[in-house]
This record gives sequence, C-alpha cells and structure tokens, in this order.
Amino acid sequence: MASAVEMRGITKTFPGVVANDKVNFILEKGEVHGLLGENGAGKTVLMSILYGLYRSDKGQIFVDGKKVKIDSPSVAIKLGIGMVHQNFMLVPSLTVAENIVLGREPKKHHFWFDTNKAVSDVQALCDRYGLEVDPKAKVHSLPVGVQQRVEVLKALFRGAEILILDEPTAVLTPQEVYGLFRAIRALKQQGKSVIFISHKLKEVCAICDRITVLKRGKVVGTVDKNETKPDELAKMMVGREILSTFEKVHPAPGNIVLQVEGLRALNDRKLLALKDVAFEVHEFEILGVAGVEGNGQTELVEVLTGIRKLETGKISLNGKPIANLSAHERIEKGLSNVPEDRQKKGLILDFSVSENLILGRHDKPPFAKSWFRLNLERISDFAERLIREYSIKTPNRGTIVRNLSGGTQQRVVVAREFSGEPEFIIASQPTRGLDVGATEYVRRKLLEMRGKGSAVLLISADLDEILALSDRIAVIYEGRIVAVRERSKTSEFELGLLMAGGKND
Amino acid sequence: MVDIVDIINVGLFAGALRMATPLVYASLGGIFSERVGIINIGLEGMMLTGAFSGVLATFGTGNPWIGILVSIIVGGLLGLLHGLLTVKFAGNQIVSGTGINIFALGFTAYMSQIVWGSRGASPNVQDLGTVPIPLLKDLPVVGEILGNQTPLVYIALVVVVLSYIVLSKTSFGLRIKAVGEHPAAADTAGINVYKTKYLGVIISGMLAGLGGAFLSLDHLSLFALGMSGGRGFIALAAMILGGWTPFGALGASLLFGFTEALQMRLQSIGALPSQIILTVPYIVTIVVLAGFVRRRIPPSDYKPYLKD
Amino acid sequence: MTEEVKMSQKIRQLLVEIWSKLLTLLQGAKPQIIAILGAFLVGTIVLFASGHSPIEAYGAMLAGAFGDIYGIGQTFTQATPIIFTALAFLFAFKSGLFNIGAEGQLLIGGFTAALVGTSFNGLPVFIHLPLALLAGAAGGALWGFIPAVLKAKLGAHEVITTMMLSYVALYLTSYMVNYPLKAPGWVPQTVLITSSAELPRILPPTQLSASFILALIIAGITIYVLQRTTIGYEVRAIGLNPAAAESSGINIKRGLIFALVVSGAIAGLGGAGEVLGVHRRYIDGFSPGYGWDGLAVALIGGLNPLGSVLAAILFGALRSGGMSMNRATGVPLDIIFVLQALVVLFVAAPRLIRYLLKKGGFKW
Repeated sequence: MASAVEMRGITKTFPGVVANDKVNFILEKGEVHGLLGENGAGKTVLMSILYGLYRSDKGQIFVDGKKVKIDSPSVAIKLGIGMVHQNFMLVPSLTVAENIVLGREPKKHHFWFDTNKAVSDVQALCDRYGLEVDPKAKVHSLPVGVQQRVEVLKALFRGAEILILDEPTAVLTPQEVYGLFRAIRALKQQGKSVIFISHKLKEVCAICDRITVLKRGKVVGTVDKNETKPDELAKMMVGREILSTFEKVHPAPGNIVLQVEGLRALNDRKLLALKDVAFEVHEFEILGVAGVEGNGQTELVEVLTGIRKLETGKISLNGKPIANLSAHERIEKGLSNVPEDRQKKGLILDFSVSENLILGRHDKPPFAKSWFRLNLERISDFAERLIREYSIKTPNRGTIVRNLSGGTQQRVVVAREFSGEPEFIIASQPTRGLDVGATEYVRRKLLEMRGKGSAVLLISADLDEILALSDRIAVIYEGRIVAVRERSKTSEFELGLLMAGGKND
Repeated sequence: MVDIVDIINVGLFAGALRMATPLVYASLGGIFSERVGIINIGLEGMMLTGAFSGVLATFGTGNPWIGILVSIIVGGLLGLLHGLLTVKFAGNQIVSGTGINIFALGFTAYMSQIVWGSRGASPNVQDLGTVPIPLLKDLPVVGEILGNQTPLVYIALVVVVLSYIVLSKTSFGLRIKAVGEHPAAADTAGINVYKTKYLGVIISGMLAGLGGAFLSLDHLSLFALGMSGGRGFIALAAMILGGWTPFGALGASLLFGFTEALQMRLQSIGALPSQIILTVPYIVTIVVLAGFVRRRIPPSDYKPYLKD
Repeated sequence: MTEEVKMSQKIRQLLVEIWSKLLTLLQGAKPQIIAILGAFLVGTIVLFASGHSPIEAYGAMLAGAFGDIYGIGQTFTQATPIIFTALAFLFAFKSGLFNIGAEGQLLIGGFTAALVGTSFNGLPVFIHLPLALLAGAAGGALWGFIPAVLKAKLGAHEVITTMMLSYVALYLTSYMVNYPLKAPGWVPQTVLITSSAELPRILPPTQLSASFILALIIAGITIYVLQRTTIGYEVRAIGLNPAAAESSGINIKRGLIFALVVSGAIAGLGGAGEVLGVHRRYIDGFSPGYGWDGLAVALIGGLNPLGSVLAAILFGALRSGGMSMNRATGVPLDIIFVLQALVVLFVAAPRLIRYLLKKGGFKW
C-alpha cells in the first residue's frame, strides 16, 4: 500500500541558509507522525513545501504513490493536503462560516454568496467531526483555542485527508491540549493522516506514532514512539544533553522593590483587561507570571512600563509611587524592560547596533551632552564594551540590527536593559522564537541579574521556563492574579489548571 | 439685500447632489482600492486624466458617451499602473499615487497644448443633456432634486447600490475583504491574492475616471487645467468618514457636495470674496477629519504581499 | 602654526569630507540615476509621439540651463526653493509623516515674510532681515503645526490635512494680495519690501540670491539635527518603529509635532527666501508648484539632504532649461512635469528598475 505522502531528497535554500538539506520524509496512511526539531531546524519550511507555499530547489514529492508538483496551496488542497498554521490564517472581521468556505464559496446564480448554505455546511462538518463552533460568530471574538478549531475545520472542509498541524499547542493551556489530542485521535479513527510539527518533546511522545527529528535542515532519524524516550529525542534534536535545571545558589529575597495594588486597566477594545491585580517583587527574587497569552499580560507590562493608563491602582518602586510618571521617567528610576516582541517593541530594526544599545537612554548623560547633542564618542565606546561583554555576534557596531539573527538581536536587547544594573526588570516571553543556545543564554543572564540583586518579573507562556527560573509563581487568568505560590510548593498540573481557570481543591 | 431664501432653497440641494457626484465615484473607487489593501492617493490624478481623455475622445468622435467610455478605460489603465508599481514591484503606495498625480497634471497640460494649443482650457464639446424622469420630476421638492438631473448623476446612485451588493453579497466581495485584511489567509485558502488586488485597484481607477468624466462632460463640457481641484483628496476624506462603506461614502460625499454648492451660491451673490469662499470645502474636510477619523479604523493591511 | 594655515587645513578637510560623501552618495544612487535615465527615455517617446524632436528639445533644455550666466543663474534660482521644500518633505518623512502640503507652507511663509518686510521702515538690516526670515519660518511652522496637532491628538491623516491646508493657503494668500494688502495697480501683489529686509543678490546680473546659501546651510543643519542630536534620533526612531520608540519612553506625539512643525518652518523659510531675495514682494502665484517638486526631489535624492540638494539642482535645470526650450522650440513647458512624474514613478518602485534591467540583459 502506498504511503500517504513521500518527500524525497527535498532541498531548499534561502539567502544565506540551507533550510532543508536532502530531506526524506514518509507519512503512512492513518498515522500521526511527529516532526520534531528546534526553531530554525526546517520543519515549517518542509511542510510549507508540501503545502505549496514554497517550491523546493531539488527533490520530489509523491502523494498516494503518484509523483506530483505542488505549485500552490490550491494544488495541495486538491491533493487532499490541509495545513493549520502557527499564525492563524483567519480573517478577523469575517464569520466562522465565511472563513471556512473562503475560496470555495457556495453561490446562488454564480455571483451571490449563499450565506445560509455556508452556515449549514459548516454545521454539518462540526457534527461529523465533533468539533463545536458557532458558524455565525465573528472570528475576532473567539478565544484562541476555538480559532484553532476553525482552522482544522477549514482544512477538513476542503476534503483534507492529510492534515499538517504546525506547532498547534503553542497557544493552548494544558487542558486545551488534551482536547486537541482527543480531536486528533478522532481524526485518526476516521482514517486521516496527521503531521504534528512541534519542538515540545513530551507532547510529541504522547500523541505521535512515529517521530522524525530534524536538525539544521537535515534529517537526524525517524523513530517509532515505542522505541524512544524524551531524553533521547532531545539529544537527537540538539546533539547534546540539555540542562533543564539551573543552579540555585543566591541570597534570599530581600526588600520589596516593586509593589502593585488594585490595578485596573482597559485594553484597546475598552474592556477591562486587568482586574484588581496586586503583587510584589523582592530584590534577589524572580516572580514568574504564568498564563496563556491573552489573559492580560501584555496590558500588565504596558501599565508597569507606563505606556498604558491605569483606571485605578497604585504602583510603587522602592516605596515611591510611579503611577504618574512617564515611561521615560520610569526608565530613569531603574525600571528596565525586555519586551515580548523584540522586533516590534524592543528594537529598531533599521538602526545600528550602537543606536539600539542607547534606545531609551539616549537623551541623558553620558550619551547626550547639553540636552540635545549626542555624544557620539561615548556612545561608540559604550557599544564596543557591551558587544564584548555580552558577546554580541555582529560584524561591527554600525551593522543594522535587521541583519542579525534572532538570538543575537535578543542579546542586544538584554545588553541594553541589563547593563545599567537595573533595580527592577520586566522580562516578557524573553526566549520566544530563540534556539536552545540563545534560550539558555537569556535564562542564565536573568539568574545572574537576580543574583546581583535585581527584582525580576518574568512573564512567560512557557510553563517549563517559569518552573525553571522562578522563586515564586503567580498565575494570571482573565486579568486577575488567581494564585501566588512558592515554586517548591506547586506543580505543573496545578499551575496548568489555574492557568485555565480551574481551581485546585 | 440678500434673502436667506436666495441661498437656502431646493436648488441648493439639487446642486449639492450634482457636486457630490464626482466625489461619490471617486470615493467608491477609493473604497475598492483600500479594501484590497492598496491606498490610492492617485485618485486625483486618475480623475483628472479621466476628465481629459473623456473630452479628447468626445472632441474626436462628437459623442460624449464614447468619451465616458474612454474615461473609464483610461482610469482603469492608471489603476493598473498603480497596481503594478505597488503589487508587482512592491513600491511605496503613497509615492506611486503622488507620482500619478504629478504625472496627470503635467501630462494633461502638455497634451492640452499639443491638441488644442491652449494650456488653460479646451474648446467646448458635445454635452450629455439632462434626463428628466417622467413622474418623479413633477413631485414637489424631491422632483426638483432628483427628477431632472444629468445621466451621470443617476448612474452614480446606481453604482453606489451595485458597489454595496458586490462588496457585501457576492463571493467576490468576500474575497476582496479577505485579501485586504489578511492576504496570507486568502492565499492559503487558494485565492489569487495578486489578481484580486489588481482587480480592486483597476476598478478604483475606472470609478475615478468616471468621476472625472462627470466633471468634464456632464458638469461642464470642456477640459480645464487642473479641473479636479483636489476632489480626489476630498473623496478620500469622504471614504474615511463613510467608514469605508458605499452608503457611508455616499452620505459623506453629499455632505461635501453640499458645502461646495453652498460655496458657489455665496460666490454668485457676491456675499464674500471668491477666494474666501473657495476655502470652505477644504476647511470642512479638515474639520470633519479632525472630528471623525479617530473613531474609524481602516479595514486593511496595507503592506505589499510578498511571497517566496 | 599660524591661524591662517590651521584655518585652510580645516577647510581642506571639510572639502575632502564633502567630496567623499558625494562619491558614496553617487555610488548608492544607482537606482535614482537609472530612474532619471528611464524617465528621459519615456519622455523621448512622448515627445516623438507629439511631433517634436527629442534631440532639439533636450538640447535646448541643456543649453538653456547651463549655457550662459543667465541660464546658470536661473537654474540655481529655481533650484533654491525646491531645496527647501525637499528638505521639508524629507524631515517630516523621517518621522513617518507624509507632508505633501509644503506648497501651502511655502506660500504662507513667503507671505508672513512679506508682511514683516513691508511693515517696517528704518530698521537696520541685521535686525530687519533676520526678523523677516523668522517670520517666514514661523508662518510655515504654523501651517505645519495645525496638521501636526490634528494627527497627534486626533489621528487625522496628514496626507489629507496638509493637502487641504495647501489649498486654503493658496486661496488665503491670494485673497490677501487681491484685497487688503494689494499694492496700487493691476497686479495682485504687495508693495515692495523695504531694502533693509532684502536678501542680497549673489550673482549679478542674475536673480540668484543669498537664499541659495541659506538653503545649503539649512541642508547642513538638517543633517546635523538628524544624525547628531537627541531629538533627531527620536524623530528617526519614531519613523522607523513607533512601537519600539514608545516602549523605550520616547514621546511619540511630541516627536511627530516637532517633525511636522520643523518641516513647515523649512518650507516657510523657502517661501521667505523667494520673497526677500528674488521678487522683493509677495506676488500672487509666485510659486509654480515648488511644493510638488520638493516631494519628487526628496524621493529622487534618496531621502537624504545631500542627495536632495543635487536632485534640486537637476530640477532647477529642468525648469530653467524648460523655459528656454519652450521659447526656442515651442515644446510645451509641461513636458518637464511629465519627466518629473516619470522619475517619481520609477523611484517609487525600485524593483521595477531591477526588473527592467534584467529584461534588458543587465545584471543588477
């Protein structure tokens, strides 16, 4: 019996990087096949080629034993291949039904869009696969987990027999992941084949029948789930043992540095995003805030850094109220921020390394003399020093930051924010999108700053990261702090439950 | 002594509808372009070139309807140019639009001299005549406003309804919205993003050209240097004010048309120096933009869609 | 070492720096140069199609622009206000704003300068002239301030507001010199400014005035402000990534207002230069669209002050050459606007040039 999909000798290069290097990949019918690898290993590229978003430079693809040329997603769809992307491909202002039928809209008399048929078709699909959504709801009003369901339905609507899921659990709570796995098993029962792209070892081991590991564009190996363990897979992915625990030798937490009481703030849609948030962070301490993205973390950071107004509440830094200070003044008072999206908020991509290293501090001595003139000499010296100290891999300090790798870019942000020995650090999703090496570096640096006495507020959707670094952990859910626990007195299960709004009694 | 009735009367509203007409066409054009994610600053230039080519064609053939057809085609071609520059060549949308505006000004002035030897205005051409609607025109008030207008005014109202239907009720309209708001989603759904963008911007140019044809063949019967007079920009304001919807744009265009008609009235009775009155529509546009824009969020993602 | 030797060494260093900057500029200006050539090529087609000889036309243009002292004077005189409006567009653009109302800001600036220039008698030159120039800058600044505030506080798109204000400026100034401030006679213009407010002519017998020197100085100041001051750093940051700028504490609203106000002031200064240096009075319609040229020139100059100066001289040559071309060959003057527009269109899409080159067989 022919395999569902066979990819032979796939090679794809982008300027400066070989994304896929003579990759061979086989998906058998009715199996759940995991595609495992670090960020940048080439998983998404390989599947984008299968889905027709990219064209390979070399290699062949066979679907159900027949050689095919997949030039575009519409060809892939005709072959029965569907893809659910990491970043959802949903049009926010359209309804669920409209999004699902987009591209093959039911029509009356050739022109009119048959809304009723669209709704009933989608409803039939929901019933058939047991995936609940409201066809008439507008996508922008749906929670992320439900949006993902819409994506799956989209693929099924087009008759997908082969489903590619790209990092599907990145935005889900542990409980939602469980629901997704149930859905995948149901699809498998209906005879569908699934490719599960992920960098999360435990999940891949839980749901997949076979696992192919990619490293830097090459296939390291394909194993059966029963013949391997997470540690072995990790070694295959990275080529060495990963340290998942860190040394914890440091002074005990000291005085309160940041205190927050009764915070209320609105989000961009004028709805309450923070509801009576209160907590404190001590020196020599990392307070981790766990929570699925979209529960108010972004607004919390904006309120603390001064970009968003509070409705009510108090914020004090070292005992002094800062709620009325501008963002600029707060930086002067010792608040530093590693923003969650380094390319959007942390860096000016078209500025040079030195220009980015003084961002936010550019109008004060030593970088400025006489309130409006820049002290270019001091700025270059400072930049050279930080490039050395933080091992920033750049041809020179004048290089435009856009040309640097993600990990190097994050080093620039870290160097800028940490070099002033700040009293209080906010780090939001600091290792998102970074490879294992860069991730370790950032985490080590955070621990280092804590060791020097900084109070660190770590906000991360990665529970492993929270557990690895935090002394105390707060859980944020729907804008409220629902619990604060000592690291040693809680578990992944309890945190997962709290993150999803449950209670652990 | 000037009586208020000399200024505010039914004729004023009839005039408002007429002055609104080119804005209606151009703002509808703006909507189609923006809905596929392309800002069209070049509406002004497309209008002007449409006005010119309409007169040129009418001059050559003696038939203003051919002139209108030519205006539409020429507008569409300029729309295609804008599309090529911004889609295929990923150029800056505002620069491209501005280039088209500068080009239109210079090219129409140049050709005007070549063809008619005059930089200022062309000779008169055959006009379209009015179209009295039998029963409607005898109604009080409404009859005077709607019953006896020129053809392109009526066509404008029809085009508004057609635009609404296309955008809200057809699958083509659905695709337009998808392509503009989230081109990657449309692409992965199998829609040809580029083709849809081109269609949107060509329709935009065609409508702008039609608006220009109104100015030169319907409202007047000649081409004059720079006769679009900034209407392409006022149309953009109308589009924003109207929330990027056809009926909204109609309403906003009527508002601006009203101020222009008022300005002409005031000028004709010599109440104030012409220059002061001429500023009125522009000031109104600024005031309106200042008052309303904050609440409006544009529907689209205006970045060029770049694939592998 | 004597003072003179040190001085001449410094001047030599400065000249060398400028020369090397010019060379790197030209190197990086390949796309713009090709755009210009492309525009002239298409222009050739247009000329042919309308029954004129391109060779005659271009030849007359060149002779007119650089052939004699009058031509050269005219070239630089026409270039001067365009340098101002180009810098105005450029400065606003660095903050991410599209100021397409430089024409109106230029007119207002010229008018306010004329007001000060005609209102005072008996003031010494070193007070009257700077005062008049300041008035010009202030007028333009006001015309930039209005859309700036509307954008910063209310989000009103500056493309439309600056455009609308341009029309308002046009009609307002026209009204002023047709009625209240009209000098006796038929022409809508003010009386002559008093001699103490005049900008001196620097190349007799042409009209070229010290306004050109002022333009170069402003270009230099623009470079300095953008590259070496904190506010220039902030303006550039806001233009490149407003989210990151805001995150790092930069006051976006203040930066945008600053950029647009300065932009207007520069354009206003350009108007003042024309009024005080060339015409010595405010004449209705004295600007044949310098504002629009400024936009095209800034783009062609690669959004770079030095490049803008060079591109402005090109456009000045086009205008002055165009005028003699029109006199000598009868080709309508508007062909130069067509050429300008073509350059803008080519520059708008750099990939277009690469595409055309590939088609023509050249490697990029």
